[in-house]
Amino acid sequence: MNIHEYQAKELYRKYGIPVPKGIACMSPEEATTAAAKLIEETGSDVVVVKAQIHAGGRGKAGGVKVVKGVAAATDAANDIFGKTLVTHQTGPEGKVVQRLLVEQGLAIKSELYLALVVDRETSRIAIMASTEGGMDIEEVAASAPEKIHTISIDPAVGLQGYQVRQLAFGLGLSKQEQKNFGKLLTGLAKLFEQEDCSIAEINPLILTEDEQVIALDAKVTFDSNAEFRHKAFWDSLRDLSEEAPTETEAKEAGLSFIQLDGNIGCLVNGAGLAMSTMDTIKYYGGEPANFLDVGGGASQESVTKAFRIILQSDTVQGIFVNIFGGIMRCDTIANGVVAATKELGLQVPLVVRLEGTKVDEGRKILDESGLAITSAATMAEGAKKIVELAKG
Amino acid sequence: MSILVDKDTRLVVQGMTGSVGKFHTEQMLAYGTNVVAGCTPGRGGQSLMDVPVFDTMRDVVKQTGANASCVFVPPPFAADAILESVDAEMPLVVCITEGIPVMDMIKIRRVLASQDKTRLIGPNCPGVITPDQCKIGIMPGHVHKAGRIGVVSKSGTLTYEAVGQLTALGIGQSTAVGVGGDPINGTDFIDVLKLFNDDPDTDGVILIGEIGGNAEEQAAAWIKENFKKPVAGFIAGRTAPPGKRMGHAGAIISGGKGTADAKIEALEDAGVKVAPTPSDMGTTLQSLL
Repeated sequence: MNIHEYQAKELYRKYGIPVPKGIACMSPEEATTAAAKLIEETGSDVVVVKAQIHAGGRGKAGGVKVVKGVAAATDAANDIFGKTLVTHQTGPEGKVVQRLLVEQGLAIKSELYLALVVDRETSRIAIMASTEGGMDIEEVAASAPEKIHTISIDPAVGLQGYQVRQLAFGLGLSKQEQKNFGKLLTGLAKLFEQEDCSIAEINPLILTEDEQVIALDAKVTFDSNAEFRHKAFWDSLRDLSEEAPTETEAKEAGLSFIQLDGNIGCLVNGAGLAMSTMDTIKYYGGEPANFLDVGGGASQESVTKAFRIILQSDTVQGIFVNIFGGIMRCDTIANGVVAATKELGLQVPLVVRLEGTKVDEGRKILDESGLAITSAATMAEGAKKIVELAKG
Repeated sequence: MSILVDKDTRLVVQGMTGSVGKFHTEQMLAYGTNVVAGCTPGRGGQSLMDVPVFDTMRDVVKQTGANASCVFVPPPFAADAILESVDAEMPLVVCITEGIPVMDMIKIRRVLASQDKTRLIGPNCPGVITPDQCKIGIMPGHVHKAGRIGVVSKSGTLTYEAVGQLTALGIGQSTAVGVGGDPINGTDFIDVLKLFNDDPDTDGVILIGEIGGNAEEQAAAWIKENFKKPVAGFIAGRTAPPGKRMGHAGAIISGGKGTADAKIEALEDAGVKVAPTPSDMGTTLQSLL
């Protein structure tokens, strides 16, 4: 689960991680008030107006402006608010800016990079730090890997002093900077573990002339599996406008759904099989309209719900149901398919492939329904048939 | 022979008295698995389907001599259940539970690394089956057939798909192992490949991976150096968009890493024959025999 920069920074403050003074705003008017307040408090008339969307690359897309004075801040806020930002992480449709963060401007001596991630290879939390702040870290990893310093935290003892020193010396910090960096890093490691993060990234982490170390940007992604430990807090941070409505609706119904831009809807049990079904459709010349895993405990109702969600897309010209029943019983799926077809008055071709637990009962239900359902014996046959039928 | 489980496996089910645990214990008993105990704190002394229930895993080991555990405990308590099994020195723990926080798995891996008594399979996996001998987990038993091909996979339903294709071709399986779709798990591809390599009754292997991480690339490198038997492979998620979690917590392409194409290339470089579509997994393996 992703959160906004201003929310991540509030969390950082809680863990003693220095961040610029800033105020979150839900309108350009609020931004004007915020800029005036910050200028008065800090005695500096430099403020930064930042678009708050769940995607990186905002600066390049024109979503971050450094300005002087309240009037300029108002102009910047008016310019950014409501604008559609297209970055390498938003997809071509972009994201509309509905929230702003207004912050004090800081004089930057140098920019660093700092990130904590879950490292699959070591099964530990890895800390990566680099002097190449502000850049795309993947580019640095490719062009100058020696500039990325990495350590991993032993969960038995936690982050150790020598590890902080390894990074601090690697970054070439002064004595006072080392001390400040150590405090920041200790706080961030604690935050990462206690708040169940999967990513915590600061890019850039800045050094100031007076040897302060400050998180100029902040990104936090939570591990969705840990939601049961943080339910109320995470619900308060969730911005539904950042999530595709169909994906939210699917999640509430216990379905795992991702909208894609093809013409063939898929309804499958199991994540691996769902991905493979998409791959097979593509292999036979079609384009999948979605990823949809109904899971192992799907009911007749959730199958109907799944059909409804798939059909919300105007581009769907055919549906392929691909089930290999393990826990999932084929007769349950078949009843769901029949009920959904009747209820929704399905206008597009439907191909169903059933295999596994209670397959004979399932096929019988489909055959006796009298509905125009094309059956297939294998995944390949089903994919071929639906691609043909969807062409019309 | 086979790997991990056989007719001598004595199974305890942790969370047997819950609805999911009960349903699958019934299925495992029907398949012929020797379920000797259940473990649910506070339910000790009771029995369910004629299987005695105990309060603690230490009691289970002492009273029944169980040598494998299957975990159906919900995510908030699953890590505790796994660690209790490690404490009881259970040789094999198969965790079916989906949705365990990664921070819990980091701690579990640290504990597992500090001992040599317990092997964990999963979490978020379908389990392990040696056809006609022992089924631990949630897979449909009837699609399997005893034989000499090993199957190792990150995905549940894709494992069924591969097994179903093999059985339809008349090719039986020695053991099928689901290692699970989480970013951090107890046993990886290489661990299972080592076991298949040493098993005289496994003649070849189907390896099923998916996007995310680099377990497939590591497996490919290990196969190239060490594996003596033919391997057919398949990677799910060729058409998955980057940055989107495809159901499994581990199945996500991030920062251009973990793509299906890179994994397929690594496997092919190691001499693995990769099936072009998931419907060809069985025939691809057959062509290698």
